[in-house]
Amino acid sequence: MITFLDFEKPIAELEGKIRELRELSGAEITVSISDEVGRLETKLDKMLRDTYGRLSPWQKIQVARHPERPHFLDYVDALITDYTPLAGDRAFSDDHAILGGLGRFKGQPVIIMGHEKGHDTETRLKHNFGMARPEGYRKTVRLMHLAERFSLPVITLVDTSGAYPGIGAEERGQSEAIARSTEACLNIEVPLICCIVGEGGSGGAVALSVGNKVLMFEHAVYSVISPEGCASILWRTADKAKDAAVALKLTAEDLQRLGIIDEIIPEPVGGAHRDPALAIEALSRSIEGALEELSGIDGAKLRKLRHAKFLAMGAANLG
Amino acid sequence: MNWLTNYVRPKLKAVLRKKDTPDNLWHKCKGCGQLIFHKEFLANQFVCGNCGHHDRIGPAERFKALFDDGEHERLELPKVQDDPLKFRDQKKYSDRLKDARSKTGEQDALIVGVGRMDGIEVVVAVQNFFFMGGSMGIAVGAGFVTAVEKAIELHAPFIIFTAAGGARMQEGILSLMQLPRTTVAVNMLREAGLPYIVVLTDPTTGGVTASYAMLGDVHIAEPGALIGFAGPRVIENTIREKLPEGFQRSEFLLEHGMVDMVIPRHELKETLVRLISLLTRDGAAREDRRAS
Ligand SMILES: [Zn+2]
Repeated sequence: MITFLDFEKPIAELEGKIRELRELSGAEITVSISDEVGRLETKLDKMLRDTYGRLSPWQKIQVARHPERPHFLDYVDALITDYTPLAGDRAFSDDHAILGGLGRFKGQPVIIMGHEKGHDTETRLKHNFGMARPEGYRKTVRLMHLAERFSLPVITLVDTSGAYPGIGAEERGQSEAIARSTEACLNIEVPLICCIVGEGGSGGAVALSVGNKVLMFEHAVYSVISPEGCASILWRTADKAKDAAVALKLTAEDLQRLGIIDEIIPEPVGGAHRDPALAIEALSRSIEGALEELSGIDGAKLRKLRHAKFLAMGAANLG
Repeated sequence: MNWLTNYVRPKLKAVLRKKDTPDNLWHKCKGCGQLIFHKEFLANQFVCGNCGHHDRIGPAERFKALFDDGEHERLELPKVQDDPLKFRDQKKYSDRLKDARSKTGEQDALIVGVGRMDGIEVVVAVQNFFFMGGSMGIAVGAGFVTAVEKAIELHAPFIIFTAAGGARMQEGILSLMQLPRTTVAVNMLREAGLPYIVVLTDPTTGGVTASYAMLGDVHIAEPGALIGFAGPRVIENTIREKLPEGFQRSEFLLEHGMVDMVIPRHELKETLVRLISLLTRDGAAREDRRAS
């Protein structure tokens, strides 16, 4: 059973009713019950469509953070063959909040990397909830340079509430590590496709999001600061997070309008967590399209295009 | 100290009131609490003569102290769209901008001057903490890029004095995009073979450190400056313990290898000049002329 979000109460009730009816009828489904189930299922589908068709920014945050939303390893499992994880920054340690390695996407060797949040208490702790330390960002630099040396396209999957704010992380240069990762994204002379699959939280997300193509899931979010953080600074109370979520313009639709992302990847009705396989398939199609689009462009040109794209960020009048 | 506050202060206040002079005749040091004669404090570049505390200073004072005879030209920076998100918290962002502009007399938080330091032409950018905490939005990003382009045009070294709480939240994702934007500009300097020197001043945190502030060829920090990615309060709330004394201060960063040196304000100019002349052909040629 999936975890319901607070705004999904009517959906949860309806799903409960359908389940009850099914259990009630057991193996032998009478015509009248099956009719009723059918009627309720149509109603549920409409309810999901309606609800998810007009999610508020705050509700999108909740969906983007949904514990059952597919995470890095789910995508890699489904999309990458011969996946060969690579570890370590060759300086201090291996960060488990950012994973990456070699593998094949549709047969083509690539390097894939991204934030992994974990899916239960044990794995969440292991992956530090997807909040990377400097070693994570130094690993991404290493992998990007490796990709460049062997002319492999790079795919990043971004899903983090932000870089980890801790003593060790600061001691080891969190900000420098993020800056270098952003810089590596800008400079590598291979195709770079960045996918905001869940939460794109601040500098910790930017470090992996400076691509030739930036794709974003329909209900993912991408922001300079979390709405809670923004609210506690500007409204002086985290209770105003909903207002901050609106003000920050962090939905995929907003970001496309602002020229920050290139493509919105549609999610299954009711969000990626309701049908991970379908979501993964949609992501796969978008990555494939982006790779194809970039395949004929030589490396130096790809770098130049990336520079031009990000040099222009904020230069246009947005009306 | 008690003697001063209890006895001298009331008397002084009375004198001030009578003469109707501004109440900033004396400055109370934020480091040690000592009262310093304002003129003396100004002459000492806002550094306490007693404890060496470096107070925040604005672009005008920087330029005066750095450029030969204080002479320089302000670089005109591009005008950018104000308040692109129509952001509003308890107050409208457009009103906050208006306030900051009338308070500082400046358009935004980055000011760029072109002039000579010991005869060498340089482009110097200063982030003004007094303008919305120095925060980086589109205007700061655009100003940074323009300053870099000017340095390339003049084939001059580029020096930036950073000071910011981070990205300007009121510009949302557009402020976050200034991280890669300014990083492209830093790479343009590299390609042009020009020195890029970062002077980190109090405070430099958030998105600014996660981009151009940590990508310099040489990093200099002023003594005691707060420098880091996450703010101390955010870290304390996350780890639920008190941070050690001196954490995220310049000296801590030096110890951890994130800056090359910690240099007191009155030694900054000579240090910068030495670095630039070691890193540039012009500087080397000048030294040759000196030697001959
Ligand atoms: Zn003092």
